[in-house]
This record gives sequence, structure tokens and C-alpha cells, in this order.
Amino acid sequence: MIEILEKKIGHLTAEFPPLTGFFSDYGITFNDLHATLGDSLDLLPEEIYEDMGIDREKLLENLDGFLQRITLSEIDEMPSVSDITIIGGHDKSGKLEQVELTLVRGSITSIVGPTGSGKSRLLADIEWMAQNDTPTGRTIRVNGKQPDPELRFSLEYKLVAQLSQNMNFVMDATVADFVFMHAESRMINTIDTIVTDIIVQANLLAGEPFTAQTPLTALSGGQSRALMIADTAFLSSSPVVLIDEIENAGIDRKKALSLLVRREKIVLMATHDPILALMAEQRLIIKNGGIHKIIPTTTREKENLFQLEEFDNKLLALRTRLRSGELIEAL
Amino acid sequence: MKLVTISGPPSSGKTAVLVNVIKSLRASGLRTGAVKYDCLATDDDALFRSLGIPVQTGLSGNLCPDHYFVSNIEECLKWGISLNLDLLVSESAGLCNRCSPHIKGVLAVCVIDNLMGVTTPKKIGPMLKFADIVVITKGDIVSQAEREVFAFQVRRANAKARIMHVNGITGQGASELTSLFLKAPETECLDGGILRFSMPAALCSYCLGETKIGMEHQLGNVKRIKIKQEQP
Repeated sequence: MIEILEKKIGHLTAEFPPLTGFFSDYGITFNDLHATLGDSLDLLPEEIYEDMGIDREKLLENLDGFLQRITLSEIDEMPSVSDITIIGGHDKSGKLEQVELTLVRGSITSIVGPTGSGKSRLLADIEWMAQNDTPTGRTIRVNGKQPDPELRFSLEYKLVAQLSQNMNFVMDATVADFVFMHAESRMINTIDTIVTDIIVQANLLAGEPFTAQTPLTALSGGQSRALMIADTAFLSSSPVVLIDEIENAGIDRKKALSLLVRREKIVLMATHDPILALMAEQRLIIKNGGIHKIIPTTTREKENLFQLEEFDNKLLALRTRLRSGELIEAL
Repeated sequence: MKLVTISGPPSSGKTAVLVNVIKSLRASGLRTGAVKYDCLATDDDALFRSLGIPVQTGLSGNLCPDHYFVSNIEECLKWGISLNLDLLVSESAGLCNRCSPHIKGVLAVCVIDNLMGVTTPKKIGPMLKFADIVVITKGDIVSQAEREVFAFQVRRANAKARIMHVNGITGQGASELTSLFLKAPETECLDGGILRFSMPAALCSYCLGETKIGMEHQLGNVKRIKIKQEQP
């Protein structure tokens, strides 16, 4: 930190271009590029600090944190996740959950159970890396080991990315600007390529095409969901993706799941849609706050899936006909 | 007794988060009390009372709520101690974003929500920048990507704070936040305590009730806008 104070402003901003943005966030612009950072900060009148609502010490603390991120040192230290193990606790009545379940990368597991049965709590346990310290008494292991408790608070090391029917884009930006901003926050070097990739992939999932220049808030439900999935697949650092019921309109759910699997995500899906549930390799039955049962999808079920998809395609075809103004007299 | 100060912009979900935390504290058998500082009116005292906990309400009226808070927090602390509470939460509305209700040595929490827009964290002053814990709410209605970008912006405004996502409606994340409340330091006395940052300055003629507009009516701590001349 002290070394940084001795560097000249001009050199610093050339070495770390995002620093200019960091300081302008605080309303600071430095006029003398040849002065050192330390001297420049000393020269700022007390009034400026008061108006910013921050003092020199706290500003330097934030600068240090910011530099650690842009120099990627924080990200490098993050251990990679190859699997997650859920060790059972107990349900709401205190009955023991006889479960030790390991979820590996690139797998799909569906979660079923009525509202209030404890689906969200299960996810929260994974996200918080519970160590017998949540209401369910569950324990989560990462790569077979107890994770470092500090990782609970790391932004880079969030285990779960969530995606649900209720989520919408609220930001006032175009698709490209927004994905760019997300990539930038992840400190990714190949931003332009990844932005293009995400938009292309999202269009493959969406029923109706959209462009990089489409405003986020103008996307349809299906397009939003498609963009959210593609963005999560490429840009989210979280190894687990939770999908809470994706609607059957405007998005190719099969492709969406296979994209997430290709990107080595551990997919968890809360759903009561038979097609989605059977696409998973197994399903967890949640009852009274506990994992009641784990059912691996049977061969027979997989065969039924084929038939269910045919039904589904028929319905989709009817939808398309309806949209183009046809009569639905003959099925 | 443990004291926790909670602040955040209006409608960010401070009370909803607290209600869930209080439920979870109650489940672990702790005696909790709440102080609600607000400006003009509040119904939240009834909400807290319905949880069966003792409540005090302070309305600042035409005073800066922040200044009102700091002049009264000591009294509220004594009240909490007299009731033998284990933990007292003090919730205050951050009206001007320059609010600074956090005290050195007292666990400081700021609640903000995902709907405020990504540039908001940098626009919020000491109540965010000097908080120990930043709670982000309303994550269930925005996209994962927006949540990540927003949290990144919070990190930029406060590098050291614990950032927690809590859903005020379902309570997801509240028991985790509670575990941090339980680690709050004990506060027995605030006499001689120090604010983490100075409060918004006041004391001009308008603070004292002046209503007329014009140079001659402006006295005291007055600040001028710098009008920039556009180059033709």
C-alpha cells in the first residue's frame, strides 16, 4: 500500500486504467499527473473528504481492495470446486435425514416438494456452506472437505447462482452494455469475445431473436430468461446454478440445460414440470423441511420423457399457429 | 448488552430484514429490543411489538434524523440495559444518503436494495462506506448478473464490509445475518463514544425556520453551487 502512495498519478493510471474510474466515483480528479498519489491525497482539502463521506484511511482501504481485485490476486487464490456434498441434518420435526449426497460438475438434479417444504432452505444451506449451524443442521463439504469459513463472505466464491421466474432485468442499459459491465466486474480480459458469445448463445435459446442493441428492459420474458442463462453459463463464477421453474414459452429449455451442463455447472432445478424433472439424472423429494428421498431417473422414465416431449412439441406448434392467426379446429 | 445500528435508504427493507433477524434471535432464546428512529411517522413499532419485543419510537420531525439519533441513542441504550436485554437493534432511516449513524465499536449495518441501480453504492456516504455489514435485499426479483454487478459496486464503495444477501420476504439469509449479530461487541455505555464519521453539517438560517428565498436571508453554513459555463 505504501509503495502505491509513492507512485506518480500518471504512472498509476497508465498501469491500472480502471483507477481513473475508481477515483472519479469519489468525485476526485487529479490535475498534476507528476505528483505522487500520497501527495495528491494530502493536498485534497478536508472539505472534499467530508463531502464524499469518507476519510483518507477508508479511501485507501477501498483502493487497496480494488487493486487486489484488478490485479487478480484475490481471484487466483480461490480454490476451484469439483463437487459438493450435502450431509443430512434433520427435518422440521427433528427426524434425521439419512443423506450423504455428492453433486458433481455437469450434472442435473431436480428438487420437488410443495411450497414451504424446505426447497429454499436447502439452497440456502448450500449457499451458506452450512456447518451444522443452520436450522436444518446440515453440513456442506466442498471437494470433500470443510470449506474455509471466510469464503462465506467472498463475492468471488459464491457457490450458488440463482435464476427464477420472478427475476427481471431492471437496469437501464442495452444488452451489450450490460453484459460488458458484468464481464468488467468479473475482471475478465477477453471482454469483447465473451459479450459476443453470450449474445449468440442467448439467441440460440430464445424463441425470438434480439440484438446487442436491444434495451434490457425491452426483452420478453423468454428472451430475458435466455440471456440470464447464457450470462450465468459464461460469466458467473458460481459452480452451482439453481433454476426455479423456467416457463415453457419463448425459451428452449433443453438447450438451456445442455448449455449449463457444457459449462460444467452443477444444475439444481426446483420444478414440478414432468419434462424438466425427468431431464435430471435424479430428483430430491423434499418433505417437512428435510430430504425425504432421492429418486434416480429410471430408464422407463427416460423413455417416457421422449413421449412427453412430443406432447410438448404439439402444444408449441399450436401456440405458433395461434400466434400466426390460424384457426385451431384441427389438432 | 449488544447494540447494533441499522441504517439504509427509505424502503430498502431495513425493517423486513430486522423482523426476520428478530424471529431468529427469539428462536435462540435471546431477549431483543428495538428502537426505531424515523422522520414523520412510522407504523413499524406496531410490527416490532407484534413480535412480542419491547420497542421505542423516536420521530425527529423537522430535525435531521441523524442528529436526532445521536442525541438520543445513549438514552435508548440505558433503556435496553434496564430491561436486561441481550441485544438492542437501533434502526434509522437514511434520508439524504450522507447519513452517518455508525459508532466506533458498535456493530454497524447498512441495508440497500438491488433495485436502486448500479451507480447507487457510490452515491451513498458513510452509512454504507463505514458499515461493517452491508445487507443487500430484493435479490429475488432482479437477475443474477445484476446482483453480481451490484455487489461488486458495493465492494468498491466499502472494501472491508461483509456483504450479505437477505430476502426480507422469505427470510432467506436472515439466520446467517443473525449469526453475525451474535458476534457484535457488548456496549454498556456510549458516553464518550465516537461516531465513525462526522454527520451532515447543518446550521444555516433555514435550519432555524427561515422560509424566505434570497441572498440576504441566507446566514450561517451556506454552500454555493458552482455554475459551469458551457463553451460556445
